Amino acid sequence: MAETGNVDSRNGSSDDQYAIELVGINKHFGAVHANKNISLAVRRGSIHGIIGENGAGKSTLMSILYGFYQAETGDILINGVKSHIGDSLAAIKSGIGMVHQHFMLVHNFSVLENIMLGAEDGPILNRGVARARAELERLETEYSLEVDPDAIIEELPVGIQQRVEILKALYRGAEILILDEPTGVLTPAEADHLFRILGQLKEQGKTIILITHKLREIMAITDTVSVMRRGEMVATRKTAETTVEELAELMVGRRVLLRVNKGKANPGEVKLSVRDLTVRDSRGVVMVDKVSFDVRAGEIVGIAGVAGNGQSQLLETIAGIRHAESGEVLLDGKPVDVRASADPAILRQRGLAHVPEDRHRMGLVLPFEENECSILGYHSSPTYLNGPFLNIDSIRADAAEKIEQFDIRPPSCRLKTANFSGGNQQKIVLAREMERDPSVLLVGQPTRGVDVGAIEFIHRRIIEMRDAGKAILLVSVELDEIRSLSDRVLVMFAGKVVGERDPATDESELGLLMAGVGADEEVEAAQ
Amino acid sequence: MTRDLPKWIDFGLLPLINLVVAFLIAGLVVLLIGENPARAAYLLVRGAFGSGYGLGFTLYYATTFIFTGLAVAMAFHAGLFNIGGEGQAYIGGLGVALVCLSVDSILPWWLTFPLAILGAALFGAAWAFIPAVLQAKRGSHIVITTIMFNFIASAVMVYLLAGPLQKSATLGPRTRDFEAGAQIPKLDWMFSPLGIDLGSSPLNITFLLALVMAFLIWLLIWRTRFGYEIRTLGLNPTAARYAGIPEVRIIVVTMMISGALAGMMALNPVMGDQSRLQLEFTEGAGFVGIAVALMGRSHPAGIIPAAILFGALYQGGAELAFDMPNITRDMIVLIQGLVILFAGAMEHMFRPAVTRLYFSMGFDRAKPEEAS
Repeated sequence: MAETGNVDSRNGSSDDQYAIELVGINKHFGAVHANKNISLAVRRGSIHGIIGENGAGKSTLMSILYGFYQAETGDILINGVKSHIGDSLAAIKSGIGMVHQHFMLVHNFSVLENIMLGAEDGPILNRGVARARAELERLETEYSLEVDPDAIIEELPVGIQQRVEILKALYRGAEILILDEPTGVLTPAEADHLFRILGQLKEQGKTIILITHKLREIMAITDTVSVMRRGEMVATRKTAETTVEELAELMVGRRVLLRVNKGKANPGEVKLSVRDLTVRDSRGVVMVDKVSFDVRAGEIVGIAGVAGNGQSQLLETIAGIRHAESGEVLLDGKPVDVRASADPAILRQRGLAHVPEDRHRMGLVLPFEENECSILGYHSSPTYLNGPFLNIDSIRADAAEKIEQFDIRPPSCRLKTANFSGGNQQKIVLAREMERDPSVLLVGQPTRGVDVGAIEFIHRRIIEMRDAGKAILLVSVELDEIRSLSDRVLVMFAGKVVGERDPATDESELGLLMAGVGADEEVEAAQ
Repeated sequence: MTRDLPKWIDFGLLPLINLVVAFLIAGLVVLLIGENPARAAYLLVRGAFGSGYGLGFTLYYATTFIFTGLAVAMAFHAGLFNIGGEGQAYIGGLGVALVCLSVDSILPWWLTFPLAILGAALFGAAWAFIPAVLQAKRGSHIVITTIMFNFIASAVMVYLLAGPLQKSATLGPRTRDFEAGAQIPKLDWMFSPLGIDLGSSPLNITFLLALVMAFLIWLLIWRTRFGYEIRTLGLNPTAARYAGIPEVRIIVVTMMISGALAGMMALNPVMGDQSRLQLEFTEGAGFVGIAVALMGRSHPAGIIPAAILFGALYQGGAELAFDMPNITRDMIVLIQGLVILFAGAMEHMFRPAVTRLYFSMGFDRAKPEEAS
């Protein structure tokens, strides 16, 4: 009560400058204290960043603000007025708009239809459509967010789809925009464009909350930044007065090595050779288009590109999960029948290990105990078997050993895999694939959804594998990761390798290549 | 992050709550038709367990349900919903009968029985084979195809029993009675030392076979490489592909094992009770198997008690209908339906409430905070 009185007394005075104030927010999920007594003030007309590791409570906090969850205690003040946000409708009424990480758009609707969705203005669409079109055009010019109102969503690039999400929020009268990890699916150029739009919105007096784990973005566009750790708001800084190192340390709670230390590569013989590989997906669309490259022992070849440009299909085809239409793959100089009979189990026996891009969908069986996941794909190895029976003792002993070597926490091989954090789950996969002493290692998105502390560890392990003479093919949509780990960088765009660059190449040049601009003539000619 | 409840709640308390609620609602219905629910419950329990004869019948029914429950559970683990237990059991009965009819006058029962087991398993497996291949190779949904195969099985059996296998038109659609070589022992030798007289109940050695199969299925699913592959495919098909697990083979073999288990159910009524093959001997046991598997959480250790529960409902229900004329056979079906509804279909209804209660009462405090 005292808090409320306090807030009321300030009401209408100087704190008009805050668009949003959260006071003493608490939220539990079972025994997990997701938000511990969180207070946050967001100045009107500013860009406020919120960073924190996975599970730090950022999303929970924003979900409370957007009405998906109710806080157990605490107040939400919007423009200085105490508000109860019971659902997302109330949030929209209060002028809060949210752009989700995964877009909430109807794919076969036009832009205009998506914008209108939920604000149709009566059962007869005719009048509503005309009004919506006029309003949309006004918004587009006001914020220079050009989108064709009649374009179908699924035909638009992701960057534009995101613009539609922003327009949708503005159409509903949002004064406060929450963006959840907005750049995850964008090329660097698209991200820059987004930042320009956000800057413009800020100038128009909108308030923006940006949730991200990318420190660089925070430094680039925010005015203020708040750091969350384990459900607590540990610090709020003016962006101009802080550094990347300080923020990283605040996030993790200890000093973090952001740069990867690695020596010069010492490439040996070719271990993996891909020639003119072409892969179609189930709908017959060409996903990988005549791709050729070599990976040598003792080097890391990075494949950069925006998600969805064929990297996943390339990786899965080499691993034998998917079949190719044409082309060939040589593993240790011996051919792999990628067109028909390639089998992941046999390729594993031939020394090909694969850390899949999506550990939840592919790399792990979440309801399994940790030790059961630690043999996935290697379960036919004689070490783990006693005739047709599983050798449970040997499996568990082996899992316990890997848990120790990879510092997997909690150190229990009987725990359900789903109960490990993202970083530890990734370590389970890495331990399984690395400890078999493969000659070729395919690594997809090794640090997606992994916290900063674990990223450091994972990167170090990958470098160690390289130094031990393994041929490593790395696919990542994080350009920073590609640049810091790789010895050579290939850029994929629309299924083609459009260029090979040195990892030290200027980021904007790589960014342009990722958007298909400035492809190497010689590469195209060679294909 | 999902928090797990301890096993005693997950496998003990929650099914118990579901069961109690099912019986409470059934009690309300009994009250509505003007009978005393407490007395009805007493009669039901007494009918099922109150005498050696009742117990014998309860376990006889349970035997059938253990087989069909295991059949459904087996397929569940590979992510397949085998609704065709009924048809597979029916055709399994054909396998049993063909063996018995051909050797019952030549061989002693202890040679006929293993052959009949083989016949039941082979015929049941064969009936599951076609839907399995259609699913694995063509993607035809196994739920649809197995339902269709139930109807086909039924039609085939009517044709055979009213035609080639019929003894005489006057006795109706059934085979001749089996001779001594196809009579399998009852379990009096096991129960009489305990002072239990099974009377004329048909409980027979198939019950022991069911227990052995439950153990073997547990061994197969949780202790063999093949079982590991089945569980991987069932829980995450994409991970199975990633691991190089042969999907087609797993689907086909798992379904054939499932069909074999359903087929072996036929040993119990055909050899153990009726001593001949007749129409509709399965009496819906294939479908009860679905409820048994759901309630038993697809684990043999859960399937056995669930099968005994349903056996008790069948036997106790029959007694109840006899003692309380107001309560008809349909009422018993209603009670069974409620149990299926609460234990199977609405299995998770009380879970959120129990979870909240459990964690709010701080039972989990003893656990150290997990590093994240």
